[in-house]
Amino acid sequence: MRKLATNLLNATAVILFISFFAFLSSCSNENNLGYFDAATAKIIGEINHPDVYAPNVPPPVKPNRGALKQIINMEVVEKVGRLADGVEYDFWTFSGTVPGQFIRIAEGDEVEFHLKNHPDNKFAHNIDLHAVTGPGGGAASSFTAPGHESIFSFKALNPGLYVYHCATAPVGMHIANGMYGLILVEPKEGLPEVDREYYIMQGDFYTAGKYGDRGLQAFSMQKALEENPDYVVFNGSVGSLTGDNSLQAEVGETIRLYVGNGGPNLVSSFHVIGEIFDKVYVEGGDMINNNVQTTIIPAGGAAIVEFKVDVPGEAILVDHSIFRAFNKGAIGKIHISGEENKAIYSGKLDDRIYQIEGGAIQVMPEVEKEPIIAGSLKEKITEGKIVYDNFCKACHQAGGKGFTGVYPPLANSSYFKGEPNKAISTIVNGLSGPIMVNGTEYNSAMPAQVLTDEEVSNVVTYILNDFDNGGGEVTPAQVKAQRK
Amino acid sequence: MKKTIAILLFTLVFQAVIGQSCNTKNVAVLQGSYIPMYNDTSNVEIDVEQFNMDVTAVTNQQYLAFVKANPQWQKSKVKRLFAEASYLSHWQNDTLLGPNVLPDAPVVFVSWFAAKAYSHWCGRALPTVDQWEYAARADHDHPNGNSEAFKNKLLRLYESKHHNHQTAVGKGEENYWGLQDMHGLIWEWNLDFNSVLISGESRKDGSLDRNLFCAGGSLGSVDPVNYAAFLRYAFRGSLKAHYCLKGLGFRTVNQ
Repeated sequence: MRKLATNLLNATAVILFISFFAFLSSCSNENNLGYFDAATAKIIGEINHPDVYAPNVPPPVKPNRGALKQIINMEVVEKVGRLADGVEYDFWTFSGTVPGQFIRIAEGDEVEFHLKNHPDNKFAHNIDLHAVTGPGGGAASSFTAPGHESIFSFKALNPGLYVYHCATAPVGMHIANGMYGLILVEPKEGLPEVDREYYIMQGDFYTAGKYGDRGLQAFSMQKALEENPDYVVFNGSVGSLTGDNSLQAEVGETIRLYVGNGGPNLVSSFHVIGEIFDKVYVEGGDMINNNVQTTIIPAGGAAIVEFKVDVPGEAILVDHSIFRAFNKGAIGKIHISGEENKAIYSGKLDDRIYQIEGGAIQVMPEVEKEPIIAGSLKEKITEGKIVYDNFCKACHQAGGKGFTGVYPPLANSSYFKGEPNKAISTIVNGLSGPIMVNGTEYNSAMPAQVLTDEEVSNVVTYILNDFDNGGGEVTPAQVKAQRK
Repeated sequence: MKKTIAILLFTLVFQAVIGQSCNTKNVAVLQGSYIPMYNDTSNVEIDVEQFNMDVTAVTNQQYLAFVKANPQWQKSKVKRLFAEASYLSHWQNDTLLGPNVLPDAPVVFVSWFAAKAYSHWCGRALPTVDQWEYAARADHDHPNGNSEAFKNKLLRLYESKHHNHQTAVGKGEENYWGLQDMHGLIWEWNLDFNSVLISGESRKDGSLDRNLFCAGGSLGSVDPVNYAAFLRYAFRGSLKAHYCLKGLGFRTVNQ
């Protein structure tokens, strides 16, 4: 009897003890001064974090909803996927996609993170979340062999937009193969409401073959060391945000983009052609900059950009380190529908200036254009001039006069006069290294142009006839024969 | 003296018998030294004594003989402490490989404890990391395959997504020592697999493995572009001795 009494007493003491601490912690969550301490914020509920993949994001955090425990499950999957049309790559991914799923939590939330390494995987992996305060951002606690699962938890102390990535050796290779994503820690009162939110993450890829080479491409360690990528893409592949995959918006809406850069090497000059960022949360933190044209996003960093779309058309997302956009894949589109507003913008959106830089059309998988079959020599020359003006003139200049020392002349060219196949091959296969043209040395690189056989035959015929190269006519079959 | 001879004789006979039951084809790897890919006191050469290593990884067939002779290592009987639930999970049952398992393919889904027990049963041992790495750096023509082409070839083998544990052993090109499939078929257990990379987080100050995590730019590593070696070290670091993984087997060396 006495023993029971003692036990009861002990139990009461324990309960009192616990309540005391509960009281303490509720005080520190939001004290009399209204001061919020994320580290001690009381957890008022538990949810499973939804799996949402780029370009979409989970719904916003309700303002002042209180701190929650969030259970996040993420599976590492090594898999072959599409890097560009006809090009495959052995991706290493969080949750099967590049970038990995978007994590959206609030300041003060406690995250119970489950990292699963698929049994069919070959490598050990882990995760370093830049939003974590703790050794390695979780890397140590999440180091996981294939066929295993690691669990760790952390408290979200600092609001902001953060990168997560794999930090297993060799780190560069894990990131280069696609192991990154974004985690947003919203301030407890939430972010201001907007009409649409999208998730975009840039990454650079290093392949054994060059841009556009068909088939399964292996990782090139050498190119990665030289920081010389073949592909710079948004959301893991060329064309992930163009054509049918274009982002959608309507006139009058405010768009918020969560933009991250996985790297591994390049820093992004993020820009939206035809828009000005009304707001940039610089580097994903608290500082807001207004009226920004291009914002820099470091490898392993992020930014939040917002803009209102006022006129219909297409806003084009690019890395304004511009060859990456038009020659390596870093291009996306927002299709904006709605009423025109001539007061803000009169006339059609003219993106001709981007077409003539050589690659814009190549990377936008739009509706296949009907080939225009030119019959007569005259028609071929007329069609060829159109191709020339769109694709060649920006460098080789009007009349094919070139730019001494930089872009070789095509007029009366000692390089291919009498050998039209050399001109054809240069267009369809590209050409780099030193050549002599009309007595001047040119040591540069011309990328292969993605043009049809018909288009190439027309443009070469035009160059042969109109630029004093002795005339002649090239057939599509001749072009086909030159393709490597 | 007599006693010594007796022991020697006994050992010889014993090993002959054992060797037969394990049916191990092995070759000598001559004494030498190598610089591990990374260590805390860089550029210190590690001496490796001559040893004798299996030409190929231990096969399903060979391992089957072991579990038949040692029922405590059959998959329904093994102690969980020594092998996790996935132990031999691809086998049909305790003593039957089943239709999906190639007898000549390397045995996988075996723990370090199991691999060690098998080696012991054969009168042999698991290779140390030093022995394994020393033997594995040989290309076809040199004990120290150091060419870019060789490194790139290895990286290609390692990064290829596909496990090859369904492929028979002994199909790969022999290296300088006559060893086959050191790269590209499976991962292999080492006796001291966790001696280098103790925990997952290796960027912490003062630890041996700090260099490893800086990877590509690691000043402390002897050869920071040897990504294939980084992959091996990282993989070993993620293991615990009771793990049984799809792409992980072993081969043995003399004691």
